[in-house]
Amino acid sequence: MDFLARIWRHEESRAVVIQILVILAVFGSFGWLISNLVTNFAALNKNFGFDFLSQPAGYDINQTLVEYTNRSSHLRAAFVGLLNTFLVAVFGIILATIMGVILGIIRLSNNWLARNVTYWYIEFTRNVPILLHILLWHGIIINTLPRPKNAYNFGDISFLTNRGFYVPEPIAETGIAAVYLAVVAAIVFAVFFKRHAKKLQAETGRQLPVFGVNLAVLIAVPALAFVVSGSPVSFEYPVLKGFNFKGGMHLLPEFVALTFALAIYTAAFIAENVRAGILAIHKGQREAAEALGLRPGRVMSLVILPQARRVIIPPLTSQYLNLTKNSSLAIAIGYMDLVATLGGITLNQTGREIETMLLVMGMYLIISLSISMAMNWYNSSVKLVDR
Amino acid sequence: MKKILIAMAGLAGVVAATSANAGTLEDVRDRGHLNCVVNTGLTGFASPDDAGNWTGFDVEFCRAVAAAVLGDASKVEFVTATGKTRFTKLAAGEGEILSRNTTWTFSRDVDLAQTFIGVNYYDGQAFMVPAALGVSSASELDGASVCIQTGTTTELNLAEYFSSNGMSYEPVPIETNAEARESYLAGRCDVYTTDGSGLAATRATFDAPDAHVILPEIVSKEPLGPVVREGDDNWADIVSWTLKAMMAGEELGITSANAAQLGAQVNDNPEINRLLGVDPLQGAEQAGLSSDWALNILSQVGNYAESFERNLTPLGLSRGMNALARDGGLHYIPPIK
Ligand SMILES: N[C@@H](CCC(=O)N[C@@H](CS)C(=O)NCC(=O)O)C(=O)O
Repeated sequence: MDFLARIWRHEESRAVVIQILVILAVFGSFGWLISNLVTNFAALNKNFGFDFLSQPAGYDINQTLVEYTNRSSHLRAAFVGLLNTFLVAVFGIILATIMGVILGIIRLSNNWLARNVTYWYIEFTRNVPILLHILLWHGIIINTLPRPKNAYNFGDISFLTNRGFYVPEPIAETGIAAVYLAVVAAIVFAVFFKRHAKKLQAETGRQLPVFGVNLAVLIAVPALAFVVSGSPVSFEYPVLKGFNFKGGMHLLPEFVALTFALAIYTAAFIAENVRAGILAIHKGQREAAEALGLRPGRVMSLVILPQARRVIIPPLTSQYLNLTKNSSLAIAIGYMDLVATLGGITLNQTGREIETMLLVMGMYLIISLSISMAMNWYNSSVKLVDR
Repeated sequence: MKKILIAMAGLAGVVAATSANAGTLEDVRDRGHLNCVVNTGLTGFASPDDAGNWTGFDVEFCRAVAAAVLGDASKVEFVTATGKTRFTKLAAGEGEILSRNTTWTFSRDVDLAQTFIGVNYYDGQAFMVPAALGVSSASELDGASVCIQTGTTTELNLAEYFSSNGMSYEPVPIETNAEARESYLAGRCDVYTTDGSGLAATRATFDAPDAHVILPEIVSKEPLGPVVREGDDNWADIVSWTLKAMMAGEELGITSANAAQLGAQVNDNPEINRLLGVDPLQGAEQAGLSSDWALNILSQVGNYAESFERNLTPLGLSRGMNALARDGGLHYIPPIK
């Protein structure tokens, strides 16, 4: 007793004791949960296993980026769902970033109207739950756009309906390789030209019209290759057949609504991060840049934003993660993402709650960790280098 | 996220709850009320009325069980579940009965480890389309967009029906019947498919029910019935015989109006006497039931026909397969002895 009291009174040994107790408690509760799981599984006559993944899924999916039929396996269905999650996340992140940066900059503009409109926009958007955004956009699309028979017709090649947006689908034909090659060549040229111009400016102060030249090259070279190789692309046009449009590319309203809602919601947060980042840059930087005679746009893009990036990126990373995780709300409007396929229909058809949920969680973990890693890498590449 | 949370909560329930299999009857009696897992809202089967009271065919079955085991049909609390969450909720102990248009299938019975205690409605999957489409048969649906409720038997039937007929379709998956109704009316899909009874119930809530037709094809067998957790045979027996008692009530001419009177006298028909506790029913006591268990069901809720006519007849559903065997239907009741 005395001995124990002495250990407890001694600060260091007390810390050790507490740590041991905490570890025991954590493992103990895990052990308890797992043993409970095992007994309950046994009581419910269930067994743990992933065999179901190779069985045929039996259900159809309306947006498949890879080959899939209802005879494909549950694993394949999960993969289709995973790709759909990716698709929304990637488009959502790109859109949200562009919108967020623009909004963040306007939010600080000298124009009273622009500043206040963005202020109210951001406040409104941020304070409405994301689920409502998603339902609202979906509701707007399916309730206000016309049905296929009365589709909005864009020159007989594209159609807008409440079942989605139909556009012609380009189909590559022989000879397309020349065009691909031309695109690669043009990009390589553009990169080198930009480097060259930078060097030239550093050495002589002379500025080359990089943007104009590169744009012209990027358009003209592939276009030329396209013509020379005999237009090796044909288009498949959507046509109304019976109930729906057939052929062409089809953007589902669920995809559009989800991507838009996620982008708009997240953009409001990103805008605030951007604003914070810009405000974190000492105003002397702006004044110095202006004193050098740089135009406002260049002050922003050459002086302010590159420095603000360091402040913006860490919170931006968590916004990207939020967007990706929020995309799991897809189920509310029936977008077939990972949660709707593996964590939804598959779970229900096979009754493997624990197994499917573990897989879904694992996959989200992998996606999130990849985003974090990529952003951390980017963050360290723009970090201040101590000299 | 919300759905994940629900699923996780269910999981946590499965993980954390210690085995709650035996002794369901005692649990219910100790608690003083029954927990019953029902629909999120399907007129005629389970939906809250204006005053917030749950009504419907599936709801009345829960009340009948409460009457049998607690003597009071009002001692029920309702837990809602979508097609997807229902089995998890039942398994996690959120209710003692799942009474939610649930189709009895092999894998649900065997693989999901549920106990189906009988069929209270013989149904089949059908298709509903706006009359304006001019479609008169499901075989004309090639290329259509079809709204389906996820987590049901219907999505597999649909896939099978269209591929076996060489037709294509766009599946539009939806979580609840309310959302499906909205999407269908907005024209997001041309067709809504689910159990025929569900279609009739949904159509009854439209502003213009006549503008929609239910196509004649029935593409599956959907025997719907209440479900309990596997492992408590006594509880399964009680729930199962509650259903049989309601049907026997119809067969024997016992209604909510005359049950009390018939239960207080000696009747010519010995089966009535055993059912209403006038004469002893061998085994009731061992099962933990009082002698007036069936009397309570029939006087407080009524017999099968009464429940059907109260809830389903107004939807335009006829007895058909759901008549008693003696009237040419499929409900055949084992003897009460
Ligand atoms: N019988 C089928 C389908 C049952 C089902 O989910 N039916 C729908 C449409 S009739 C329903 O009850 N929905 C009400 C709700 O969303 O809560 C099954 O067991 O899978």
